[in-house]
Amino acid sequence: MIRDFAIVWSERGLLLSGLGNTTILSVLSAIAGLVIAFGLTPALMSKQRWLALTVRVFVDGMRCVPFLLFAYIVYYGLPSFGIRLDNWSSGLVALTVYHAAYLAEILRGAWAAQPREPIEAGIAFGFSGPRLFRRIILPPLLLAAGPVIGNQMIQIVKDSAFLTIIALPELTHAASSIQSRHYVPFAAFITAVVLYWGLCLVIEAGVSGIDRLAAARR
Amino acid sequence: MIDDMPVLDVAGISKRFGDLEVLTDISFTVTRGETVCVLGPSGSGKSTLLRCINWLERPDAGQIYLNGDRIGINNGGVVMSDRELSRVRTRIGMVFQHFALWPHLTVLQNLMEAPVQVQKRPAAEVREEAMALLAKVGLSDKSDVFPARLSGGQKQRVGIARALAMKPDVLLFDEPTSALDPELVGEVLLVMRELAREGRTMVIVTHEMGFARDAATRILFLDRGRVVETGPPERFFVNPDTERARQFIQRYAAG
Repeated sequence: MIRDFAIVWSERGLLLSGLGNTTILSVLSAIAGLVIAFGLTPALMSKQRWLALTVRVFVDGMRCVPFLLFAYIVYYGLPSFGIRLDNWSSGLVALTVYHAAYLAEILRGAWAAQPREPIEAGIAFGFSGPRLFRRIILPPLLLAAGPVIGNQMIQIVKDSAFLTIIALPELTHAASSIQSRHYVPFAAFITAVVLYWGLCLVIEAGVSGIDRLAAARR
Repeated sequence: MIDDMPVLDVAGISKRFGDLEVLTDISFTVTRGETVCVLGPSGSGKSTLLRCINWLERPDAGQIYLNGDRIGINNGGVVMSDRELSRVRTRIGMVFQHFALWPHLTVLQNLMEAPVQVQKRPAAEVREEAMALLAKVGLSDKSDVFPARLSGGQKQRVGIARALAMKPDVLLFDEPTSALDPELVGEVLLVMRELAREGRTMVIVTHEMGFARDAATRILFLDRGRVVETGPPERFFVNPDTERARQFIQRYAAG
């Protein structure tokens, strides 16, 4: 068994580059997903019924599709419509769009639970449109929803593992290559698990930082 | 003559929510330096009237002018866009029943937010004025505290200072002491009395009869969405014109 882990250690370069790629994928799609959610959430709360309904259909639809299937559609399905993305772009698009829907729903829930008066005060003091959302509505949402958003970030990290099926060289892909090259499945996969766990610890540290900010404000 | 022009001119405002007519043909003016107290039983439409003035509620009929400028309807005769409304609203300060401070900002940031972000005034200048306003309401030592750490009375004093920081033409108060514990009402009324003495133009919806009697220059008495009576507090409280006002005053004097 120790010999197996020694083999994994000898392939550490491959694992680390996989970990690096998983991190890049997760960070980029978390940021892009949040930014898209910042656009979707006001639409979900919009008084324009057609807009709210359109976005609602998208969000609910996304949440009912298994991520693996969605990644397949983006990578293998879209070329039928003339949209051909390489595996990196496909992976990023799939992760981002999929989780943007979840994040939008998380923010909508937090918004619905906010007291109405501070937002009304924003309107009364001359805020409107994107400035009202950015300066008055959004900051309390992020503070209130911090832990749930953190949870979603962890989900993003874990879903990125599915992208091994479109040959994206992320962490699971690296572990898989090592195991098939040397036939050390347990050592290779358990090492990957530990590395995923490390990523989640980093996210949780970030969440508890946000929670400290929030605690001072409630 | 500019000086003769009322700061606020409300002409024939009506508002209904579904089948319920909340305001019926309300008209009044507020001249510079006046403190108008709006009194009336619960559900008489007082808060709705206040919210119609800055178009937080859109009136169904009537006109509102702020220093001669029509609110809510632009020169082309169409309903203002959100942007246009926002510009007018910066000239109307509002104090809310439940304070409505922005929880993610410190006390000082609450005061500076709209002047800097909306009115685009230089931050250094706004900060200086904001600190002076906090001194005025007795909260200099709380500038870096978040609203959640304040008592209700302190929150409302911040709410008043936040409205003053906009340098508004008129201040609207929507039952500013109704959400406060009785022992905290006094500190807020003290600040409001001071503003009245300074000759700020104010419209105050309140149930504080003592304050209305001492500080108001004029009473506007509403019942079931109509102006039933208006006049100076000396006359209103001692010798009202209408039976309904008399009953209202008696009930409050008794209770």
